[in-house]
Amino acid sequence: MKTMKYPTEENYYDEVLTIVNDKNKKTMPSSNSNAPHISVRNLNVYIQRNHILKNINLDIPNKSITCIIGPSGCGKTTLLKTFNRLLERSNEIKITGEVLVDGENIHDPHIDITHIRKKMGLLSQRPCPLPMSIYDNIAYGPKIHGTRNRKQLDAIVEKYLNAAGLWDEVKDRLHAPANRLSIGQQQRLCLARGLAVEPEVILGDEATSALDPISSKKIEELFVQLKEEYSIALVTHTLRQAQRIADYIVFMYLGEVVEAGPAAEVFNNPKEKLTREYLSGYFS
Amino acid sequence: MNKLNHTKYRILKDILARNVMLGLTIFSLLLAVIIGIGLYIKSAPILHDHSLWSLISSSSWRPFKGEFGFLPFIMGTLWVTLIAIVIALPLCLLSGIYLSEYAHPFVKRIVDPMIDILAGIPPVVYGVWGALVVVPFIGDVVAPHFVEYSSGYSVLSGGIVLAIMIIPLIISILTEIFAAIPKELRDASLSVGATKWQTIKFVIIRKSTPGIIAAVVLAISRAFGETIAVLMVCGNISQVPHSVFDSGYPLPALIANNYGEMMSLPLYDSALMLAALILFVIILIFNTISRIVLVRIERRFAL
Ligand SMILES: Nc1ncnc2c1ncn2[C@@H]1O[C@H](COP(=O)(O)OP(=O)(O)O)[C@@H](O)[C@H]1O
Ligand SMILES: [Mg+2]
Repeated sequence: MKTMKYPTEENYYDEVLTIVNDKNKKTMPSSNSNAPHISVRNLNVYIQRNHILKNINLDIPNKSITCIIGPSGCGKTTLLKTFNRLLERSNEIKITGEVLVDGENIHDPHIDITHIRKKMGLLSQRPCPLPMSIYDNIAYGPKIHGTRNRKQLDAIVEKYLNAAGLWDEVKDRLHAPANRLSIGQQQRLCLARGLAVEPEVILGDEATSALDPISSKKIEELFVQLKEEYSIALVTHTLRQAQRIADYIVFMYLGEVVEAGPAAEVFNNPKEKLTREYLSGYFS
Repeated sequence: MNKLNHTKYRILKDILARNVMLGLTIFSLLLAVIIGIGLYIKSAPILHDHSLWSLISSSSWRPFKGEFGFLPFIMGTLWVTLIAIVIALPLCLLSGIYLSEYAHPFVKRIVDPMIDILAGIPPVVYGVWGALVVVPFIGDVVAPHFVEYSSGYSVLSGGIVLAIMIIPLIISILTEIFAAIPKELRDASLSVGATKWQTIKFVIIRKSTPGIIAAVVLAISRAFGETIAVLMVCGNISQVPHSVFDSGYPLPALIANNYGEMMSLPLYDSALMLAALILFVIILIFNTISRIVLVRIERRFAL
């Protein structure tokens, strides 16, 4: 049974009102680099009646890298999949609370789900090229959203392969099947594919864990470049990576957010005992 | 010392197991060759008297006069199989997609065993049902709109009955093929904002093309050889069908209907053996071609 509890008809309108009020108070989130891009309020997720995410409150700040850390099984993947609504594809999911992106509740029943997913590029753990050529992998998203002009598509493909640092390596074999690329190249291809639909947020789920050190460094560097234009939320299980690139840290444990804040604060001066223990390698 | 012996023994067993399995594999391959050779030897007399080309290009089948033209039977087989696959394939693709991509697990739990039951019904039951329902329906309801007269015993009836027989086979293979596609691939397509249908059309179907072809090949091979159900609804008149409402006489029906009778006629049993050989060769050629196509596609798209 798929039950989408929230939002009900009544509190949907309340919600709209608060959003309108919010907008009057603050400036538009995207024009203010301090406003959160994604706000999670009292989010609870149940999978097959198991309470997986427990009362999550969280902000993903605009144009910076937020690393979500925590031991395996604590719900990091579930959280990311809630953000782009891929989670609901599983059975028996119940979601309460809200996730606001640019002030828009993504679980609003009137919302176009493809619009939400387009906004949030997801980079999964293992690269997953589509069964088509390198070119078509990048052109796939734009084509689906209505770009038909060949010249435009050529330009898009070149632009985002460049953005993912892959253009020089593949420009001579754009029409070769994508899965002939190395794993590291495939992951950059997937990044480029996500970027090609012009998302606002990039979600990465341990995006470097299947890669060799050199490829994973490349991806990391890309993230650092990309935060100029995108808000980035990365799940990572290597603390080192978080220390290298994170602006903000969210530490999760057993489905709850234990501590969240600017990276320097959390790393140098954790408030919670659990965080301190996790950071010092007491458990992992 | 004892340990050494034990190791030797284990290695010996390993070698033995491998060779026995190799032997059995070769044996089953040999069976196909033996059948082919046997059929060839048995049909040698008629091939000695007539040229192969004249046999397969002539449509006159008059055993009493010593005229053996196989064209009607070859065409009958091809018509019935083609009609069956044209009916079955779109239907199977759509229901396979529905079952694996859209259907609630509960629906799947009910439908899957039902499909298995359908696949297990004996051909003769389908034949009886075809003769009782499909034949009159074609003859009395459908055909009058298109042709002056049709008894209903036609290649169309044969194709329909055959289609119904291969549908469960194709559907169950297809759902397995779709189920083997990783969830991540669907997620990858959905997360750039594709709809479910776009994902199916551009990713799932593409990824499973080799599997779909293999399923169709299997179904067609099965259709070529299906005998009894087709025999009961096709009319079995040795003529080359010119429309779907004409009667036909597929090769397997010819063999099954006549083997053991009128064997005293000169060359008659040899002619039936040749019919079997032709069927054998058609299936062989068909499978070889489709295998080549399959490999080409897999190479081309690195699926
Ligand atoms: N489809 C599912 N069905 C049942 N339980 C699930 C499913 N997906 C995740 N879970 C459970 O949710 C919890 C969090 O999983 P996950 O979000 O993958 O953790 P993480 O990514 O932090 O390792 C785990 O206990 C896992 O068993
Ligand atoms: Mg995970």
